[in-house]
Amino acid sequence: MSAPVSRPVPTHPDTPAGLQAGPSARTSGAFRSAREARRYRLLLGALFALGMIATLGLLLFNNPVSVDSPSFIPVVKRRVTAVAAMFIAALCHSFATVAFQTVTNNRIITPSLLGYEALYTAINTGAMFFFGAAAFVGFIGVGSFVLQMAAMIVLSLLLYGWLLAGKYGNLHLMLLVGIIIGTGMNAASGFMRRLMAPSEFDLLQSRLIGSVTNAKADYFPIAVPLVLAAALALYLFSRRLNVLALGRDAATTLGVNCRAGIFWTLVLVAVLMSVSTSLIGPLTFFGFLVAMLAYQAAQTHDHRYVFPMAFAIGYGILTTAYFLLYHVLHSQTVVSVVIELFGGIIFLSVILRKRSL
Amino acid sequence: MIEIRNARKSYAAEVRIGPLNIDIPKAGITSLIGPNGAGKSTTLLMIGRLLNMDEGQIRVANMDVRSTKSDDLAKILTILRQENHFITRLTVRQLVGFGRFPHSKGRLTREDEAIISKNIDFLELTELESRFLDELSGGQRQRAYVAMVLCQETEYVLLDEPLNNLDIARAVQMMDHLRRAADEFGRTIVMVLHDINFAAKYSDRICVMKDGQIAAFGTVPEIMRADLLTDIFETKIEIIDGPYGPIAVY
Repeated sequence: MSAPVSRPVPTHPDTPAGLQAGPSARTSGAFRSAREARRYRLLLGALFALGMIATLGLLLFNNPVSVDSPSFIPVVKRRVTAVAAMFIAALCHSFATVAFQTVTNNRIITPSLLGYEALYTAINTGAMFFFGAAAFVGFIGVGSFVLQMAAMIVLSLLLYGWLLAGKYGNLHLMLLVGIIIGTGMNAASGFMRRLMAPSEFDLLQSRLIGSVTNAKADYFPIAVPLVLAAALALYLFSRRLNVLALGRDAATTLGVNCRAGIFWTLVLVAVLMSVSTSLIGPLTFFGFLVAMLAYQAAQTHDHRYVFPMAFAIGYGILTTAYFLLYHVLHSQTVVSVVIELFGGIIFLSVILRKRSL
Repeated sequence: MIEIRNARKSYAAEVRIGPLNIDIPKAGITSLIGPNGAGKSTTLLMIGRLLNMDEGQIRVANMDVRSTKSDDLAKILTILRQENHFITRLTVRQLVGFGRFPHSKGRLTREDEAIISKNIDFLELTELESRFLDELSGGQRQRAYVAMVLCQETEYVLLDEPLNNLDIARAVQMMDHLRRAADEFGRTIVMVLHDINFAAKYSDRICVMKDGQIAAFGTVPEIMRADLLTDIFETKIEIIDGPYGPIAVY
């Protein structure tokens, strides 16, 4: 690619030419051109429409009772729980992954690396192992939900406080320690599972695979406000995230306090990931898939546009996948298994086609 | 004025920078030269608060770089490093626009847009302004980063090897631009340079570093001496009078 030769004499910074050419014709929007901005709006609208259609399908399709029957509404109400869980999962994973990738300056990792899912697995496996099947079945409800969520948030705050605020404050060291702790907890859970009776193992396994059927409506009064507040905070933080994405040195030069910015972003990520994981279980690959597709679809670096796109993609994928599996294919396969399979395939195909991220 | 008092940084027991004591006057171009590992970049990074010093104090325009709030410093001081992490889906114009962040916090006004356009034109990036950064050559990207830093419109500009990746024509243009920024807007520019002859032609003052210490600091004729440079670089260097001032031949 050759540098285009423009004027031989450089324009002086204060010549009015630069000013005249300026504001009306040339602006620094989030998109390269009006065409890309229009493409973004169309795509976002289409994805939301897809999500809405799938939502209506999930709520109304195949309702065993007729519309005029008095029991129509109760059936819909029961289905609302599952849809609400999808909404929360999509919001949590999309916002958390995009923000996490930005503050770590890395587009191929997910916040799962910090060990939330390993901790969830360890808590549930431990409950089954130490207290038996009866207690495990009872280990459900608002109390256990809050307990799991609090444990995950506390763990991540300890990790950040210890490794980010210290003298050797280093993000990569923190990730590495997170991975090691996660691996350790997974190994411990694996050991406990080996010693379990097959019936107990079966009971446990259903809870260790992410599924919206794990969610209970009782959790929503706690989960929904937390998630909405954290997602809103991240969205309002977008302009600073745009700068943090430039890397630590450039962001410092531009006057952004990196340590505080990264810390608070990670706290919000911890809240989102913890709520989602304790609500529906681990979805390791989902956020990653959504963030990657969102960057491809949005064609901008600006978080104010990437966040909504990521959420629309996440919600569209979840609702459509559940609708197709339940009502078209009549399969009871857990959707997260399918999502992880397709996510992996799409990820590999993107890498092979573009040879880069 | 940039005042450095007893600034020290140790990387290992035998790799120590400092104690440094120097006053870099306001306005004009000061070049830092010296052999590899002399501590030039370390000094620049410490002034630009990207690297914490172990001891000592650095004040820029009477503000202590360690205790002043980062966003206050960002309005008077900017620094550009050698390597920059660049992100995908970011255009040249958007990158340059980040230079206005200390002033407008991401909400660009019409004046900001005019300043952005001006700096893009100044570094001849006009035709490239809507390209993504990963579609540029190394030299073009380097100019985009310099445009961002100039767009910040700070009184003090610190540059770590701004001529990296630039061909001869672009390097000369870049130095001409910086010279004008210093002369006409009274900017204080401090940069690390490897080419002694570029430093001699464009600087007002040269600071020579060796082994973590400041070996000499003075005007161009004071520094462009065969005995001094031969000693510093441990290579036979002669100075001859060229059409644009002294030239080092080695």
